This record gives sequence, structure tokens and C-alpha cells, in this order.
Amino acid sequence: MSTSAATARAERPRLLERITASSSWTVYALLIVVFVGILVMNPSFGEPMSLMAFVKKAAPLIILAIGQYFVIVSGEFDLSVGSLVGAQVVIAARLMDGEDSMTWPVMGIMLLFGLAVGLVNGLVTTLLKVPSFITTLGMMLVLYGAIRLWTGGAPTGALTEGFRQWGRGGLFGSPGEFQVPYALLIVVVLGVLAALLMRRPYGRTLMATGNNDVAAAFSGAPVWWVRTRAFLLSGLMATVAAVLIGGYAGVTAQVGQGLEFVAITAVVLGGVVLGGGRGSVVAAMAGALTLEALFTLFNQLSLPSTIRPAVQGVIIIAAVAYAAVPRRPRRRATAEPPSSAEPSSPVDPPSRPKEPAAT
Amino acid sequence: MRRSRALLAGAATAALMFTAACTTDTPTETAPEGTETTAEETAEAEGSDDSGANSDWFVQADFDRELAQRDIAPEGPADQPWLQAIEPEFVDTSEFASEGGDKVLCFSNASVSNPWRVTGWITMQQQVEVLEAEGVIGEFRVSDAADDDNKQISDIQAFVEAGDCDAIIVSPSTTATLTPAVEAACESGKPVIVFDRGVNTDCMVTFIHPIGGYAYGADGAEFLTENLDEGSTVLALRILPGVDVLENRWAAADKIFSESGLEVVGQEFTGGDAAQIKDIVTQYLQRGPVDGIWMDAGDGSVAAVEAFEDAGQPYPVFMGEDEMSFLRKWQDTEMTAIGAVYSNFQWRTPILAAQMIWNGEEVPSEWVLPQDPIEADELDAYLEENADMPSLHYAKFGGEDLPGYPEAWTDR
Repeated sequence: MSTSAATARAERPRLLERITASSSWTVYALLIVVFVGILVMNPSFGEPMSLMAFVKKAAPLIILAIGQYFVIVSGEFDLSVGSLVGAQVVIAARLMDGEDSMTWPVMGIMLLFGLAVGLVNGLVTTLLKVPSFITTLGMMLVLYGAIRLWTGGAPTGALTEGFRQWGRGGLFGSPGEFQVPYALLIVVVLGVLAALLMRRPYGRTLMATGNNDVAAAFSGAPVWWVRTRAFLLSGLMATVAAVLIGGYAGVTAQVGQGLEFVAITAVVLGGVVLGGGRGSVVAAMAGALTLEALFTLFNQLSLPSTIRPAVQGVIIIAAVAYAAVPRRPRRRATAEPPSSAEPSSPVDPPSRPKEPAAT
Repeated sequence: MRRSRALLAGAATAALMFTAACTTDTPTETAPEGTETTAEETAEAEGSDDSGANSDWFVQADFDRELAQRDIAPEGPADQPWLQAIEPEFVDTSEFASEGGDKVLCFSNASVSNPWRVTGWITMQQQVEVLEAEGVIGEFRVSDAADDDNKQISDIQAFVEAGDCDAIIVSPSTTATLTPAVEAACESGKPVIVFDRGVNTDCMVTFIHPIGGYAYGADGAEFLTENLDEGSTVLALRILPGVDVLENRWAAADKIFSESGLEVVGQEFTGGDAAQIKDIVTQYLQRGPVDGIWMDAGDGSVAAVEAFEDAGQPYPVFMGEDEMSFLRKWQDTEMTAIGAVYSNFQWRTPILAAQMIWNGEEVPSEWVLPQDPIEADELDAYLEENADMPSLHYAKFGGEDLPGYPEAWTDR
């Protein structure tokens, strides 16, 4: 890297350097490697229909990763999303009970419920000062138990076709042929919105809060409200994920189980630092996509699914270990002399405006 | 520096993944390149697999006995299958006979953690209500162990120590771990009734169960063998490894498939999660045609069917369960299918057995209940009978004549 940057002052190496300088480049590299691996094992995976089927499967996790990203980057955790997804699907099935006219009202109720859970998580964490790990762990158990109590242990009712189309159907073409899944459109729209939000003042404040909440508070940011909104966003994303996952596969007693840890793994894999203040939402989404692709690869390799939790654990450790290595000054090879403060300051988006624009 | 660190991290991750892979893929290491030999086939050839027909889970004598039991006409009233028994060996229970009613019946339940158990649990409570109304049962004391062996052991101990249980019913969560607890309950002198999963002792008065896992797995496997041409591909979807009832189901199916001309393209664990089932089936369909699906339990079977629909593939020959969601999908799609049954009505039998024991009537020491799959010609009748039932209800729940029917099962 350093030799190429020294010989050519073109934009290419600088772009490459920018990519490799952030802790998230590993996820993109891994994503490419995994996809190549899948295609080698099974060339038909590259066919449009196969890819779209993969997107439908991966979409809920990508959306959960967006929600989890907001919370993690603000320095907190949300362990309740898996239970929330499960609860939402069960609630939807029970309230709809196959009545088409109930589709939209029930989706409205789900939205309110998701936001309510996010609000409770946020306020308990920020105002009552309960660590979010405990708050959301408690919420996870409360939701799990409440749903079991409400349904007597097994979900009842049925989802309508109008509800299921969001996770199962698509635009153009008829079922069984090539379609552009709604799930893909929803992921793209939410991903773009999330990326834009992170460039807005709210996103900057969220990042700063995660980096150092005391400093953020001194600089005038309403830390409690910034973080509460992150939990609200997480609840919102879990609701969307519930709609997609319920649509994709329907109701079972197991829906949503363990999703919170998969989502956290995805975010961490995307180079987002647990503890907050560093990482990009696009990389978090790429992390989710990589994880799903990895599971697909394991399937193609005929590995038993019992190995998945072990691999998930290995990835968490490897990714966090990598991200925990202290950042070093970025452009040692260029003419710009490294300032004495740089080695200790983390490379995070708030420092980027100081650099000359690459474009 | 940066590059070396990146390389190091990458290498470490790769190494970890390879080691992770290596711990389980030993069977594949001899797989010749370019062929579609799966881990299972190789493993079977080597005889080193930890499940299936060549594993400890397969006992030829049990397999033969259970398959034979399917063809034996059970004794007992034909309209009350929960009171029928296959080749019963009756034992005398006069030592437990006691006058009077208002008995305390204690029940240690493993859990209500899946729809099958929930359905059975409702049926059991309805049966208890009948006997309460008759004055036979005064108190029905229940503890739910939530799938925790330790909790269930202490639950049973609590019943024994309380000393006022007139009978103890146990639905064990696991076989080996619960055996000492059940033995302790037997030693207390109270009649003990075990049902569903077994324990490694015969100290209880009666052990109630349907024919068993081998018969369940074989019903589906034989159906697939009969309805598919030689060389067709079958995908086996399983919930969990290591659970004896489920392992027996697969061992029987594996045995039958290995002697047939069918090719098992894979056996996958799904955790019963619909999203995973759909994903796995979709991936197999991308790799090549799948002509038949075998499942060790019906949970999420509809998702497997939908995977074929979404991929634009013809329906496979399908083995599901008597769960309503699958039966309805079966009728809608008119595919070639069978609904295997692990008789849910067995949840009524322990309550009635307790009554018989208190009356001093003889009961079978091993009470083998009939276990008949639902076939295409019976499908419409079962659907009509259970039209109001929720999708995760089991058609052969056997509670139609109980006073709470149907509200107790529809409004759960």
C-alpha cells in the first residue's frame, strides 16, 4: 500500500487507502471471498432467481443490523430485537387471523408496539440509568414470556396474503418466476435513509455520543434523547424485519429466536466498535449480508448447522479483536506530516471534514 | 504495519474457520472431487456417522418390533384410540386400589414448549375436568419444568416429599437424567405413570406411549419409496440432533432409504425454524431437483412447500405431520403427501390410567397406543372435523368427546 501511494499520486490509491484505512474493509473483502466461494461450489447461485431468493432470506437480518447499528454506535446494546421480532409475528398472526381487511390496521399496531418497546428500552436505559445490556435483556425475557403466556406456548391465527407478500412476493412477473422482491426495495430504501441520517446532525451527534457521552453532553447534545431515539429506530427496524420474516416463512413458535445475537454479530463484523462511536451503517449492512452469505456457503459445503453458533462466536471474537487494535495515523506515506495528536485520536467520521475532499 | 495486521487478522479468521470446518467435516475429506457425494453418503460408507442407520441410535430389534406393531390390531374400544393398547401385558394394580374420590393427582410436565405439547396439554386438562366433575380427582397439581432436567428432578422430589399425591404422572424431558428421579418416586409407594418419552427403568406401574419413533420415520420413508421412482432425490429436514425420539425417526428412515433406490441429497438441521427450512430447501432446489421431502417433525413444513412454489418447481412427494397448517396446505396444493402421526391423544391416557389404578383395574405395563398416519383418503375428513382449529393444532388430538370441545382448543 505505502509504495503504491508514494509512486502514484492519482486518486485510485488514495481511494484504496481510504477503503483499507477504515476497520470495515475486511467485511467487504470477506463478502467477496464468501460470494466467490458460493459461486464456485454452486454456479447456479449466480442466476437472478437464486440471488433474489437469497435477498429475501437476508433482508430481515440486514434491516435488523441497521437498527442494531444505531444503538451500538451510540454506545448501547439492544438484545430485545429477536424477541421483539418473534412477538410481532405472533401478534400479527393472532390479530389478523387471516382477515385481509386487518392487514394494514395490524401493521399499524405492530409499528406502535415496536416503537413502544424501543421507547421503554431507551427511557429505562437513559433516564433510570440501567445499563442497556440489562434493560434489553430484561425486555427480551419479558416479551418472550408475555408471548408464551398470551398464546399458551404456541402461536395461533394466520397471516394474510397481503401481509406475507412483503417478505415473499415481488414486483414484475408472477410467483415462481423472476421477480424483484419487495424485500430488496425495502432494504435499499431503508439503507439509503439510514446512511443519509448518519450524515445529518442527528447522526453526527449519535456518533459523538457513542464516542464520549460526557463530551457530547458538555457540547450541548441531549444525550438521553439522542440514545432514546436510537432505541426507537431499533424498535422500528425490528418491526420492519418482523413483517419481512413473517412474510418470508410464516408463523412458527421459533420465529425470531437468537436473532439479536446474529444482528450484533453482523454489526460487529461490519467493523462497528462495540461501545460505540465508530463504524458505518453501510458496513453494518454488509456485515449482515456477509453473515447470511457465510451461512449459505456452509450449506453449500454441507456443513451441519450445528457448527453455525461456533462460527458466529469465532467471528465476534476475531472482529472485535481486530477492531480493538489501536488505530495508527493514516497517511504516513504522503507529504502531510502526522500531527502529534493524531495517533491517539480515533479515526472517526467527525474528523473527516478536516481532510481534503477526495472527489 | 497496517497491511501485516490486516493479513494477520484475515489469516487468523480464515484459520479459525478452517479449524471450525475441520472439526465436523472429517467425513467429507475422502469425497472425490466432481461428484455429488454428500457428507452423509460418505459417512454411511465409512460407518462413522453419529446418526442414522449405522449409529447407536439404530437398534434393529426395536426397529423390527415397531414396524410390526403398526400392523397389529390394538385391543380396546375402536372409537377411543387413547384407551387402545397394542399387545398389552396387563399388570395387577390392586395394591394401589383405594376407596373414595377427591384424589390428588400430581403431574410433572417436561414443558409446553412446542405446539404438539400445547395441544396435548389442553386435552389433558379437559380430561381432568371431566374426572373432577365426577368427583374422582380433587386436586390436579402440576409443575412445568420448561425443558430443564434439574427443575424436573426437583419437581418430582417435591411431589414425593409432599407425600399427599395419590398418583404421580411424569412426562420426562430426557431419558437418562430423569431415571433416578422416577425411581425415587416409585420407591415412595405411590403409583407412578410415565408417558411420551421413556426412562430407563420399569418401576412405574405403566409406561404410556405411541408405537414410537422408528414407526414414525418409517411411515414417511416407506411412503416416499413407494411414490418415487428409483434414482429420485430426497431431502431430509430434521429439527435437532441428539434427541432420542427424533434420532430414532431418522435412523428408521435412513435404513429404509439406504435399502431403496432413492438418493438422499442431504439431511439438514433446521431447529424447526420456518425461515431456515425455507432457506435450506431453496438452496437445494438451486443445486438440482428435489423429488421428495422427509421431515422428522411437521413444524415449518408449510415453509418447505412454499420454497418449491417460490422457486417455480413442481411439488415434491412430501412427508409432513398431522399439524393443521400442513394438512390445509396439502389439501390446497393436492400434492402427493402423507401426514405422519405421533399420537397426540396419548395425553388423555395417563389421567384415565390413574383412575383405573385407583379402582384397582389392571393396566398394561407398557401401554402402546396406536399410531396411524393420515393418508390422502382420510385428509378431507380430518380437515372437516378440525375446520375451526388453529393452524398449529394436531388433527389426532382425540378430544372431540370432551365437554370443552371445541372452545378449549380453538381459544387457546
